[in-house]
Amino acid sequence: MTNKTVLHAKHIEAGARMVDFHGWEMPINYGSQIEEHHAVRIDAGMFDVSHMTIVDVTGSQAQAYLRYLLANDVAKLQEKGKALYSGMLNEAGGVVDDLIVYHFDAENYRLVVNSATREKDINWLNSKAAGFDVTITEKPEYAMIAVQGPNAKEKAGQVFSAAQNEAVAGMKPFYGVQAEDLFIATTGYTGEAGYEIMVPNEQAADLWQQLLDAGVQPCGLGARDTLRLEAGMNLYGEDMDETISPLAANMGWTITWEPAERDFVGRAALEQQKAAGTDKLVGLLMEEKGVLRSGLTVKVSGGEGVITSGTFSPTLGKSIAMARVPADHGDTAEVEMRKKWVTVKVIKPAFVRNGKPLI
Amino acid sequence: MSNIPKELRYASTHEWVRDEGDGTFTVGITEHAQELLGDMVFVELPDVGSAVNAGDDCCVAESVKAASDVYAPLTGEIIATNEDLENSPELVNSDPYGDGWLFKIKAEDPEELGDLMGAEDYANSIDEE
Repeated sequence: MTNKTVLHAKHIEAGARMVDFHGWEMPINYGSQIEEHHAVRIDAGMFDVSHMTIVDVTGSQAQAYLRYLLANDVAKLQEKGKALYSGMLNEAGGVVDDLIVYHFDAENYRLVVNSATREKDINWLNSKAAGFDVTITEKPEYAMIAVQGPNAKEKAGQVFSAAQNEAVAGMKPFYGVQAEDLFIATTGYTGEAGYEIMVPNEQAADLWQQLLDAGVQPCGLGARDTLRLEAGMNLYGEDMDETISPLAANMGWTITWEPAERDFVGRAALEQQKAAGTDKLVGLLMEEKGVLRSGLTVKVSGGEGVITSGTFSPTLGKSIAMARVPADHGDTAEVEMRKKWVTVKVIKPAFVRNGKPLI
Repeated sequence: MSNIPKELRYASTHEWVRDEGDGTFTVGITEHAQELLGDMVFVELPDVGSAVNAGDDCCVAESVKAASDVYAPLTGEIIATNEDLENSPELVNSDPYGDGWLFKIKAEDPEELGDLMGAEDYANSIDEE
């Protein structure tokens, strides 16, 4: 049984090529993935991300629970609406999922977790809630549309009510606010400015149409992947999973070690991994023709690694990748491609931000 | 339904062949093939002057999705390649039977064309996929 989002009919109407994405029938593109990619880098594009899972965590111990559940520390969140990116780890220090948590107050939080891991995540959230006074509530009544690009906020603003525009005025990145029927957040997965908008299911098709009428380009999962990879953002299941330490997935910055007495799931294993050293997630850039693909073997000075995500970067016009390699790596690596070894540059895993190449 | 011009011949591996009437044949990939591959990002063309046998992989069409071999549909010599694809590989997507052609072959035995499919057979073959 394939799931469909409430925007399914809008995708068909727009000529989308639909594919199965972990049990969801989703648009891969609406014609040209590369044109959609460029629309987000230079103008405004929108993505149906309704398949993602929204979970509210409430109760007198909501904060204590999340401080135990997550490697990042929600106690850092003081302002209403402020969001945080975190890994949710298992006891072995592997990544169960990555997520965004919005803080409303110490008893009210909202999580957005991946769709492919929905059932596992819900079971995990519930199993770790034992002993805490919290209520965990999925919010399937919301669809979600991400509007991204340099003109995304301006175009979305044409669609928002006066009250909604007032609510988002001056909102910094990584905040969310409930404004009338919409929950509007300055988050995204493209490296561009914009919003992720949670909208009641029954209003989603109208909002999509209004954004379309405002000149926002519908974009599929294909462009979503090239955009997030250019931005150096991980994809769960590709760049990390339950067997991979966040330290080996460029997620070290999402671990809050202090205060040392905060016990969070996976902490002990993580401390051992940190002391022993782990592989590192790096960026690869290829000057030659061809496209780096996930699964390809990478050789660096310290040994062998693997490409976790690879693609053609439409912004740079060359291939880029993320690879997990031994920490002892130099400035170049060798990648086995179609029966020959190709030399590529090893760089930080971030390639494009706000329309500009970082390299 | 994909566009499959009647006047062309087709290989089961999704190449099309146009008989130029002078012993030379133009080769490209079909609209169906480019739809499956998605946006083309690089095309690695054969060397002009190289000899190919029917069925040899002689060219690589690399899209956002995958690198795909293109096979020589006829035996002969590569006499020209589409240099516009160097900077505009997307021509393979936008005009697969026209500006998106890949290479031209001078056939050793033009009768080999008879081994390829007509439009109707090719249409049936992709329906079965």
